[in-house]
Amino acid sequence: MRTRLVVIGNGMAGARTVEEILARGGDFDITMFGDEPYGNYNRIMLSNVLAGVEDESGIFLNDLSWYADNGITLHTGTRIERIDRFAKRVYAEDGTETPYDKLIIATGSRAFVPPIPGIHRPGRGYHQGVFAFRTLDDTRSMIRYAKEHQRAVVIGGGLLGLEAARGLQNHLPHVTLVHAAGHLMNAQLNEVAGETLKSSIESRLGIEVVVNGQTTEILGKHAVTGVKLGDGRVIPCDVVVVAAGIRANAEMAAASGLPVGRGIVVDDQMRCQDEDDIYAVGECAQHRGEVYGLVAPLWDQAKVLADHLTGVNPFAEYHGSQVATKLKVAGVDVAAMGLKGPERDDDESLTFTEPRKGIYKNVIIRDGRLVGATMVGDVKKVAFLMQAFDRGLALPEERAELMFDLGGPAGEVKVEEMADDEQVCNCNGVSKGAICSTVQSGCKTVTGVMDKTRAGKGCGTCKPLVQRIVEWAAGGEVEEDPAASYYVPGIPMPKPELMNAIRVHSLKSVSAVFATLGGEEDAKSKMGLASLLKMMWGGEYVDERDARFINDRVHANIQRDGTFSVVPQMKGGVTTPAQLRRIAEVAEKHGVPMVKLTGGQRIDLLGVPKEKLPQVWADLDMPSGYAYGKSFRTVKTCVGSDFCRFGVGDSTALGIALEERYQGIEGPGKMKLAVTGCPRNCAEAYVKDLGVVAIDGGKWEIYVGGAAGAHVRKGDLLTTVGTAEEVITLTGRFLQYYRENANWLERTYAFVPRIGIERVREIVVDDADGIAAELDAAMAASVAAYRDPWKDRDDPATPGQFRTSLPLTVLPQVPVRA
Amino acid sequence: MRAIGFLDEIPLGEGRTFAVDGEMVAVFRLRDGSVRATQAVCPHKGGPLADGQIDLKQVLCPLHLNAWDLTTGCSLSGQPDLAVYDVHIDNDKILLGELS
Ligand SMILES: Cc1cc2nc3c(=O)[nH]c(=O)nc-3n(C[C@H](O)[C@H](O)[C@H](O)COP(=O)(O)OP(=O)(O)OC[C@H]3O[C@@H](n4cnc5c(N)ncnc54)[C@H](O)[C@@H]3O)c2cc1C
Ligand code: HEM
Ligand code: SF4
Ligand code: SF4
Ligand code: FES
Repeated sequence: MRTRLVVIGNGMAGARTVEEILARGGDFDITMFGDEPYGNYNRIMLSNVLAGVEDESGIFLNDLSWYADNGITLHTGTRIERIDRFAKRVYAEDGTETPYDKLIIATGSRAFVPPIPGIHRPGRGYHQGVFAFRTLDDTRSMIRYAKEHQRAVVIGGGLLGLEAARGLQNHLPHVTLVHAAGHLMNAQLNEVAGETLKSSIESRLGIEVVVNGQTTEILGKHAVTGVKLGDGRVIPCDVVVVAAGIRANAEMAAASGLPVGRGIVVDDQMRCQDEDDIYAVGECAQHRGEVYGLVAPLWDQAKVLADHLTGVNPFAEYHGSQVATKLKVAGVDVAAMGLKGPERDDDESLTFTEPRKGIYKNVIIRDGRLVGATMVGDVKKVAFLMQAFDRGLALPEERAELMFDLGGPAGEVKVEEMADDEQVCNCNGVSKGAICSTVQSGCKTVTGVMDKTRAGKGCGTCKPLVQRIVEWAAGGEVEEDPAASYYVPGIPMPKPELMNAIRVHSLKSVSAVFATLGGEEDAKSKMGLASLLKMMWGGEYVDERDARFINDRVHANIQRDGTFSVVPQMKGGVTTPAQLRRIAEVAEKHGVPMVKLTGGQRIDLLGVPKEKLPQVWADLDMPSGYAYGKSFRTVKTCVGSDFCRFGVGDSTALGIALEERYQGIEGPGKMKLAVTGCPRNCAEAYVKDLGVVAIDGGKWEIYVGGAAGAHVRKGDLLTTVGTAEEVITLTGRFLQYYRENANWLERTYAFVPRIGIERVREIVVDDADGIAAELDAAMAASVAAYRDPWKDRDDPATPGQFRTSLPLTVLPQVPVRA
Repeated sequence: MRAIGFLDEIPLGEGRTFAVDGEMVAVFRLRDGSVRATQAVCPHKGGPLADGQIDLKQVLCPLHLNAWDLTTGCSLSGQPDLAVYDVHIDNDKILLGELS
């Protein structure tokens, strides 16, 4: 006869243990008991269900057919009342008894509801309007009730309470959180972090937070009308959610004679004390004095128990888990692990705070290992921190890299070096191996793998890592997520396919593209398509003005008050007294509210109303500087060898020549250039889309893919050339390659690393693909098609092109600076 | 219904602002030939909606690219809704219904 395995509890730990046993080929006759009337679901996603970001149906892990398919007898809605350890039987509430050879207890925990007067109604469970937050049924009834009421009070300011409060806001207008301790999430956060979190919760989410608030009574006769606090204050409300902690479901085990502390006491093999055949896993278990309240530890426990029971490794041992927590509240990111603050004199502690943005970061290092980290408001580094914490990885010498992205790829775990059983998603317990085998079975998109394995579907912290693993596992055949790779959202095609289709069908206008390829017109896709078509067809492009963004319709940059900014061309940032005088006169004549030097070395006339644009351009009589489009912007230069005593190249002349040639060229993103006369880099060429640096010996270095906006990146050295002519040719070729291959709004700082600088060099410099001549020709055609758009002034492209769209008086007034 | 202007004042697929009783109304001419009218001032931060890009369903404000349904005025990106007005084309005249 097969060994009879009985599992009490069909929650996350019980079901996972059975899955692990099946995965190891364990041959058991399995019977499971669950208190709820359905299969097993992902409890941590209840927060997402309450918040309305996940559908109820999406949280089931195993449906009833899974049990049948695996030969498991499942008794839903059946509570076990007692275990007879000697007769080896379990007795259910309904009177049935079931014999076992091996028994696993995985009864989890329940909400702890403090004995506050008024919280219960005699004989009827909770007072009407009072809810706990633990089960799917709790969540359903809470949603149903909240929808018909106005004000909720959540008791408890830990993870669960915060997630409940945020979720409730989805269903009713007023939510107050009452927390007994002095600061939020006091189990995980120190005081400063808790304070920072509080102000974000209040200001960003609009949840009122009361700390040091002891709830002394729940008011209301038939239904809840308010809660009373220790200081006498009454907060009126009609819904109360209790999230004041959890208690292990260990009474049944205790009554059956098993040793119980705060949970059922187990040894390193999850075996109950002094028992040969009874085990406990999950939140109901107490291991080395610890009772856990998160899922990551129970994944580890399930593996050890499965190894042990199936004989795969009878001596497998569980040694406890390092726990990291993450708050699943959109817009307020919190992650914490290990220590809340330094404890020993020689602990290294780094703290960064930026209260105005709600940011608090703290890491604690002991003997070169991460022993604690708190991130509030900015959790970009959490995936790495969690791994460093969990595995004791070596830390970067530059400690600040633990808190900030300093540009390089430092602090990322190498996928190829990860072990197969290493856990990637701690919420849903998905290992690298599971992700890889899903990819091998044919699922090659990141979203597909996430759907199948549920990796990345809990708190979301591990998504970047999941993505890298999928990419790695798929090798050369990585399939991008379809939607993520579309050039524009409205046409389901990546750029090369789209360009091909446009060529095949000879589509020369945006409306033709929609009609032939997209079905429905999509406002969000028009601008990207217009840019692409113009690049592809040049003079043959059929320019439909509605496809243009307002900036491109009127050749100026729209400002917050609906006026526009006018930036005349000033090649290489070089001007003349005559030009300055003209600009000054125009500014005075038209009462321009602000005249400002731009970051691109030119002069900006700000606050010009739309209807005045043609007149301003006419008076200026200078070409457009293109400071408004997704296009070639400026070439910043330094004075270089003409005047500078360090200069080794004529940077100004080269900058002017570059701007002269490539002015107005449109592309998938802005193209900002610079030429600098020596490596001192006064014109900041290292951080431009394309930057040119003169070096000794009459040579020029060309850097591509640099950026110094919200993202900072030093460009990669493309090549070094001997003449200015070569710089001009290679610039055109690189920009054309970028125009043809980058996604819409993908700047060179993302594009160059995506393609890889070696590959870019092969194509642009070495002509390994034999397309250099084509690229040069295409760029030459665009250059030849250049026409100063400010000439539009004499002949408006559409009726009312420059007609005002707003009475400026109703707008926020921009102050005039003298 | 009263005439507030001519259809050919609005290029196909664009919007223009009209002053009506001291109020500003944005009228859009969709690519299927129909028209829509909404309040002219963006409820987010006062952007000029007539300068936005449209399709058959929505308008995107040019300032921060929030989106609204042109027919119902409902926000598609969590902003307050827009007032929408009855508008028709009669021959080449734009006829606008009551403002209120
Ligand atoms: C809203 C919410 C959000 C959460 N978010 C996170 C998170 O983001 N990250 C995280 O790590 N953790 C989170 N948790 C905690 C996580 O859900 C638990 O750690 C996990 O579910 C514990 O699993 P378990 O199997 O031990 O217990 P449970 O999942 O509670 O399973 C217990 C099972 O035992 C059954 N049972 C109990 N008593 C009996 C009995 N006498 N007879 C028969 N069956 C019985 C129950 O019906 C149930 O099937 C969250 C919890 C909640 C409620
Ligand atoms: C609507 C918002 C914006 C407006 C109105 C605006 C306007 C401008 C203008 C007019 C210039 C001068 C350009 C020139 O002389 O060619 C400029 C330069 C610059 N802008 Fe913006 N910009 C905006 C958004 C941004 C953003 C979001 C970033 C960063 C992510 C950014 C980064 C820069 C930088 C780094 C320069 C300097 C360019 C150089 O040195 O070549 N701008 N901006
Ligand atoms: S980059 Fe070199 S050449 Fe140019 S101004 Fe600075 S020091 Fe002079
Ligand atoms: S830095 Fe910000 S506020 Fe300043 S111009 Fe750029 S986008 Fe506007
Ligand atoms: S002003 Fe319209 S979206 Fe911000």
